[in-house]
Amino acid sequence: MAVLRDELIGLRSMDDMIKARQLVRDCAIFQGLSLVDQTKIVTAASELARNTLVHGGGGEMRLQALNDGPRRGVKVIFADRGPGIPNIELAMKDGYTTRGGLGLGLSGSKRLVNEFSIESQSGKGTTVSIVRWK
Amino acid sequence: MGQNMQLAEEIRKRQDAILKDWMAYQVSALTLRRDLVKESELRETSRQFLELFSEAIGVSTDTSSPSWKPVKDSLAEISQKRAAQGFSPSETATFVLSLKQPLFDLVQQRVGQDGKRLADMLWEFTKLLDHLGLYTTEVYQESREGVISRQQQELMELSTPVVQLWDEVLALPLIGTLDSARTQVVMENLLQRVVETGARIAIIDITGVPTVDTLVAQHLMKTVAATRLMGADCIISGIRPQIAQTIVHLGVNLNDIVTKATLADAFEVALARLGATVSKAASTS
Ligand SMILES: Nc1ncnc2c1ncn2[C@@H]1O[C@H](COP(=O)(O)OP(=O)(O)OP(=O)(O)O)[C@@H](O)[C@H]1O
Ligand SMILES: [Mg+2]
Repeated sequence: MAVLRDELIGLRSMDDMIKARQLVRDCAIFQGLSLVDQTKIVTAASELARNTLVHGGGGEMRLQALNDGPRRGVKVIFADRGPGIPNIELAMKDGYTTRGGLGLGLSGSKRLVNEFSIESQSGKGTTVSIVRWK
Repeated sequence: MGQNMQLAEEIRKRQDAILKDWMAYQVSALTLRRDLVKESELRETSRQFLELFSEAIGVSTDTSSPSWKPVKDSLAEISQKRAAQGFSPSETATFVLSLKQPLFDLVQQRVGQDGKRLADMLWEFTKLLDHLGLYTTEVYQESREGVISRQQQELMELSTPVVQLWDEVLALPLIGTLDSARTQVVMENLLQRVVETGARIAIIDITGVPTVDTLVAQHLMKTVAATRLMGADCIISGIRPQIAQTIVHLGVNLNDIVTKATLADAFEVALARLGATVSKAASTS
């Protein structure tokens, strides 16, 4: 599998989040995703970037354009060294929130993408990775 | 201090030559933005600056002394202007830093073979011009921050206009990213206008909002709830098909909220609720 574009940006402020969304949209357009799929991956990225910022205390986003034979996709990885998620299963439930949100960021973004993986260790941080294929 | 006076005198005497060299450096520095500044204007600014510079250096080489105030004021003005025009920080500092070479040439010619004196004087000049360069950058930074926060303020105000569409019908066309600070302003503005105008229906149009995620959805739901508390109904319009699909997948439930594809559709609903109808006037022949 070839990685065509590989970018890394910090997520420390609202401005970074706006930039992150724009980069993901650019990449999705570059990869030829449909308008609906662009919107899905950008929205999922928006959720995860906000989690990184709000719950993880800031971190970074890595963005890759994937070419797997004829398949084209966009992969986004969010990583922070925050408090981690003690119970991932619980956090992935619709409506579960510790901060008065809707509690739909994690579960909802999973539904918006083709591949979703999450790793988290208490006290060490959280990494979430998503892929949307064309 | 005799030495300073001499130096000042020298700069004044050779002003044309220095100016010519300095201009050449400024122009050749790739960073000069021909699109943003005219050469004749730059020459005049440079000439005036050189005059102030030679006056100040005749008194002291310490840029924090009062004699340097006119020089700094002039630099501040140039810096602010360039910041407003969109020059980068280094493009802005180039103005004063590129004066180094012509001044070094001058010193070299004057001091000749005396290596120790040459080194001392070059060091003195380097310090002096670096200070001025730093000062330029500081002023630039400050005025850029000023420009940015002004723009943000303007955007905030500009992008939250509540418009009256009809007797008792308000519309709020949202444009841009809805971060928390802005959304707060938007919401308060709308509620205030509902109270002021006694509106019965408020339409929030999100055609211009690029991403609707859970936070934006939550803000919208809160606004709708608050509007209801004020005794008015709320309609959300401008939900493009791709946004509608995404919201559904996210799991956000907008079932309790009246949503319409376009502002025009929402307006029709509003009129119907008020019992008003709009029709084309029969053509009079
Ligand atoms: N990067 C992270 N680091 C630590 N905890 C996290 C992280 N991401 C999510 N969580 C935890 O998982 C919970 C659920 O996250 P989710 O994004 O689904 O909801 P939310 O952020 O609370 O609300 P919203 O619906 O606005 O996203 C959060 O409340 C938080 O406790
Ligand atoms: Mg979240």
